Amino acid sequence: MSLAAVRKRKPDDPGPIAKTLFYTAMIIGALLSVFPFYWMFVVATNEKDAAFHIPPLLTPGVEFFNNFQRVLERTEFFRAMFNSVVVSSAVTVSVVFLSTLAGYAFAKYEFPLKKTLFVFVIATMLVPAQLSVLPQYVIMAKLQWIDSYKALIVPAMVNAFGIFWMRQYISSAVHSELIEAGRIDGGGHFRIFWSIAIPVVTPAMATLGILNFMNVWNDFFWPLVVLKNKENYTLQLALQQLFTNKDGLDFGMIMSATFTATLPLLIVFLLFSRWVIAGLTSGAIKS
Amino acid sequence: MADTATATPVQPVPQKKRYWNETRRSRLTAYTFISPFFVLFSIFGLYPILFTIYLSFFKWDALGPMKYVGFKNYQLITTDPTFWISFSNTLIMGLMGTVPQLIAALFVAVMLNSALNKFKNTFRILYFMPNITSIVAVTLVFSTMFGNNGMVNWTLGIFGLESVPFNSGWWGVKIAISTMVMWRWMGYNAIIFLSGLQSIPTDIYEAAKIDGASRGQQLLYITLPMLRPFILFVTLVSTIGALQLFTEPYVFLGQGGTGSTRQEGVTMVTYLYSEAFRNGFFGTAAATAVLLFIATIIFSVLNMLLSSRMGGDTGGKKA
Repeated sequence: MSLAAVRKRKPDDPGPIAKTLFYTAMIIGALLSVFPFYWMFVVATNEKDAAFHIPPLLTPGVEFFNNFQRVLERTEFFRAMFNSVVVSSAVTVSVVFLSTLAGYAFAKYEFPLKKTLFVFVIATMLVPAQLSVLPQYVIMAKLQWIDSYKALIVPAMVNAFGIFWMRQYISSAVHSELIEAGRIDGGGHFRIFWSIAIPVVTPAMATLGILNFMNVWNDFFWPLVVLKNKENYTLQLALQQLFTNKDGLDFGMIMSATFTATLPLLIVFLLFSRWVIAGLTSGAIKS
Repeated sequence: MADTATATPVQPVPQKKRYWNETRRSRLTAYTFISPFFVLFSIFGLYPILFTIYLSFFKWDALGPMKYVGFKNYQLITTDPTFWISFSNTLIMGLMGTVPQLIAALFVAVMLNSALNKFKNTFRILYFMPNITSIVAVTLVFSTMFGNNGMVNWTLGIFGLESVPFNSGWWGVKIAISTMVMWRWMGYNAIIFLSGLQSIPTDIYEAAKIDGASRGQQLLYITLPMLRPFILFVTLVSTIGALQLFTEPYVFLGQGGTGSTRQEGVTMVTYLYSEAFRNGFFGTAAATAVLLFIATIIFSVLNMLLSSRMGGDTGGKKA
C-alpha cells in the first residue's frame, strides 16, 4: 500500500488566505455530502409536510414516532427488515467462505488453466446484470423459487469481486512456507486452509463481509424482479412501496422509514470506515 | 508467480508414482475450491446470457410456447420511439451525471491529497458517506428536495430564478436524477483518484519544482498523466454504471405505478423491465438487453480509445 507516500511541503508556500479558501471549499463539499443525511433526519422528525415548509425547516422536531407509526400502519416494516437481515446475512456468510476458499486456491495452488480461469472470473464482473435477468427469472419460476429467500440467496452465494479481493490478500498475507510446513506435518488440504490460512486472513474476510452485506442490503433490482408478495419484501422494496401518490405524499412517514433503514449501515460504516473504504476502492488499485 | 509453486511439495525423491499422486490431488483440491463460482456462474450467469441472445429471436410471454420470429423483435424495438427516447435519455443522463461528477471528484481528490489538509481521514469519511446509502433511500431523500415546492426550487427563488418542474419537466427530471447519481458516486470516485494520487512518487514533484514548474504545470504534466490508469478505470466503471441506470428513475417517477416509463426519464433498463415484467414481451425485452450489451461494449471501447489518446497527447506536449 502506498499510504506512506504522504507529501511533505516546504515551509515556503501556503499563506493564511490560501488556507482559509482551501478549508472553505473542503467544508462546503463535505456539507453537501452530509446534508442529505441530516435532511432525512429533519423531515423524519417533523410534521407530515415539513419537507415543503417555506423557508425550509432545518431543525429536528419531535414527531419521529408519530411518523413512524404511520409506516407501521402501511407496511410490515419490521418484517421487511427481518427479511433483509436474513438474506444479507446468509449471502454474506456464504460469499465470505466460498470466496476465501476460491481466492486461496488461486493464490496458493498451481493447476492447469489457472491464469485463464482467473481472467475469466475477472471478466464476469464487466457483464451487465441486466443481460441475464430474464432467463434468471425464468429459472426461478421453474424452480418455484419466486417469492422465496432462495431466489435472493443462491445466485449470490459467491462472486467474482470476493474471489479477486481474497486472492490479492492471501497472496501476500499467507506465507507458502507455512502451508508447506503444514503439508509436511501431514495436514489435509482443507485442514491447512482452515487452521493456517483462515486465521491470517480474517481482516480481509471481515472487510469483504461488510461490503457484501451492504451490497445485498441495498440491492433493489433483483428483489423487485423475484419478490411478488408483500410479506417477502426486503427493506428497499418496502421503502419504495411507501412512495406512492395515493393519498398525497407523506414525506414525514417516508423519511422516518428511510432513516431507520439507513441508520444500521451508517453505524457500521462509521465504525469500520477505514476497512470499508479500502475494500471498496481496492478494485481500482489493482487494475 | 513463482512462489506459489511451492504449495505442491517438490521433493527430490525418485518415487515417481507418489509425486504424481500428490500433484494430482492438490490440483483436484484447487479445482474443488474454485468450483462453486463456476457452477453458480454457469447456471445463473453464462446460461442466462446465452439464453437471452437466443430469446431475442423469439416471441414469448414466459408462459406459453416460444415462437421463432427472426429479427422481428429488433425491428419492433428499433421502430418504437420509446426505445430511442430511452436510449437518448440514458446517454444524456449518463453524460450529465458522469462528466461533472468525475471533474469534481478529481478536484476533491487533489484537495484531499494536499499537504494543506490536516484532517485527511475525517474528510475522506465525510466525502465517502453518500455511497453507503441505498439508491432507493437516495432517491427518496432527493425527491423531497426536488418537489415542486421543495428546497431546491426555494433556493432558485432566492437567486431570482424560476422554479423548475423537477418531477415532470424534460430537463427537470434529468437534472434531478443526475444529481442523485452525482451525490452517491462523487466521493467514491474521489477516493479512488486519491489512491491513485498517493501512488505517484513524490520525488517527481520535487524534481519538477527544482526545474521551476508551477503548481498548475505540475498538475497538468505530472499528476494527470500519472493518474491515467485510474481515470480510465473510473470512467469505464462509470460508463457501464450509467448505461444500467434503473433504480433512480424507477423509484423517482414510479409513484403512480407505471410512471417509470414516462418519457422524461425512461432509460434502457426501465424500458427492458417494463417490456418484460409489465407487458410480458420477453422477446423484445431480450432484444433490448442484447442492444444494451452491445452499447456497453461500444462505449467501453470508445472510452478506452479516447482515454489513451488523451494520455498520449499530454505526454507528447510534455516531451
